[in-house]
Amino acid sequence: MSEIGAIFRAAFELILRWDSNLGEIVTLSLYVTFFAVALACCIGLPLGAAVGVFRFPGRTAATVLLNTLMGLPPVVVGLGVYLMLSASGPLGPLRLLYTPTAMIIAQLVLVTPIIAALARQITEDLNREYADQFTSLGVGPFRKLWAVLWDGRYSLLTVALAGFGRAVAEVGAVMIVGGNINHVTRVMTTSIALETSKGNLNLALALGVVLLAIAMAVNAVAMAVRASAMRAAYV
Amino acid sequence: MFSGSARSKTGAFAVSQSLDPPLLAARDLALTVRGEPLLRNVDLDIHAARRLMILGANGAGKSLLLRCLHGLTRRTGGGVYWRGRPMDRAARRAQAMVFQRPVMLRRSVLSNLLFALGAAGVRKSERRARAQEALEQARLEHLARRPARLLSGGEQQRLALARALACRPEILFLDEPTASLDPAATLAVEQLISAAHSDGVAIVMVTHEAGQARRLGDDIVFLHRGAVAEAGRAAHCLSAPSSAPLQAWLEGRLYLEETRLSAEKR
Ligand SMILES: Nc1ncnc2c1ncn2[C@@H]1O[C@H](COP(=O)(O)OP(=O)(O)OP(=O)(O)O)[C@@H](O)[C@H]1O
Ligand SMILES: [Mg+2]
Repeated sequence: MSEIGAIFRAAFELILRWDSNLGEIVTLSLYVTFFAVALACCIGLPLGAAVGVFRFPGRTAATVLLNTLMGLPPVVVGLGVYLMLSASGPLGPLRLLYTPTAMIIAQLVLVTPIIAALARQITEDLNREYADQFTSLGVGPFRKLWAVLWDGRYSLLTVALAGFGRAVAEVGAVMIVGGNINHVTRVMTTSIALETSKGNLNLALALGVVLLAIAMAVNAVAMAVRASAMRAAYV
Repeated sequence: MFSGSARSKTGAFAVSQSLDPPLLAARDLALTVRGEPLLRNVDLDIHAARRLMILGANGAGKSLLLRCLHGLTRRTGGGVYWRGRPMDRAARRAQAMVFQRPVMLRRSVLSNLLFALGAAGVRKSERRARAQEALEQARLEHLARRPARLLSGGEQQRLALARALACRPEILFLDEPTASLDPAATLAVEQLISAAHSDGVAIVMVTHEAGQARRLGDDIVFLHRGAVAEAGRAAHCLSAPSSAPLQAWLEGRLYLEETRLSAEKR
């Protein structure tokens, strides 16, 4: 018991004096996930909205595909990205394997379907409500797409935050394509796995606490956004 | 183009006493959904700057008729013509519609107006002035920054009307715009409709109130079970109805007779 107490004390000490190793890992984690989610939004939001709003042949199939890709196992994504980036893969010449960029790509592949699938649901519901008004006003396709994205902005922001939460807590994919190399591709989740197996529980626990704090902060922001949108009847 | 004199028994040509070609015309319009005829043999002409009131009991097909005329619901028979030609997107842009339940975008009152103006192809530099003008007309200037979905029912209806008129349509479709409004809000909406009419906008309005039809209507069409039972001048038809359904409706008997008839059928 006293041993666990000591580990906790050591972990909080690491956090409080913001140990340089810890800081480096946390910063890289946030950097990778931020870029992955930002790119995933740029792709997933318009894609999801297009499936949600436009009628085209294969629309149902596209919806099913998005919903299926939402549940992709991270290690499978990691393996797929690894095969693409490995020396013999089609993107091998770019030499991206075991770099932060590779981890961004893996998280991007993982999160884009989640964002697209949730955006489709939100924009489809909005479009159903607006369809007659849009037809009556003669709204063109691009204005329509932009309008449902804008009017769904608060719900879509919580979607982006959900994507962030999922990406930052993910281990398998970034482990495979990043390789967990010290000072290069070590993020919170992979470090926790490694340090725990090495028996360096102080750092592992400190990272775990930071990860939990980030997850909580993301949820708090999502709830605050939703509450303020509710007050304006924008949800 | 239309030699529809054979159809005049439906009264469509009693409505069109002017010699100008109609702005909007329906010929033998029909809508059948899953074998059920919801609209049949509807002929009507709507002339520029005239006001047509569509009357009828609940479920008679008034909203569906409006949707077919505006092109929101695809008819299954007959034709709808804009200035004698089939409707297209350009024709729809010359029309505006206010729905039974107003549709408000999740934006401010002002942004709702700007959006409609943008969709109507108004140049960006002109949108603000046009929106401001529409706000003033609807007396909503003080609410310009308010989220539109927080407005009261009457305010939303006025905004929907202002948004439709800001696009300067030639014809305005209104589906019970004053249902569920109090007398003051009803008056405000009626004044906006009258002002639009004075500006030369043709009005096609569904209403449940004979009084409102008298106040606002030049002509009426009375729908009964999806067909035109009577059509003509509002003042004349409403004081001396010639068809049994309109007589019954005016005396408030229509619903009662319908229930008696359907009971007898059983
Ligand atoms: N999409 C649809 N499919 C099948 N039936 C429909 C559809 N829309 C409306 N109806 C039916 O058509 C009939 C006419 O509907 P409509 O909404 O035009 O009535 P209304 O005259 O506007 O009535 P109210 O005064 O209650 O608004 C109703 O019996 C309704 O149930
Ligand atoms: Mg109706």
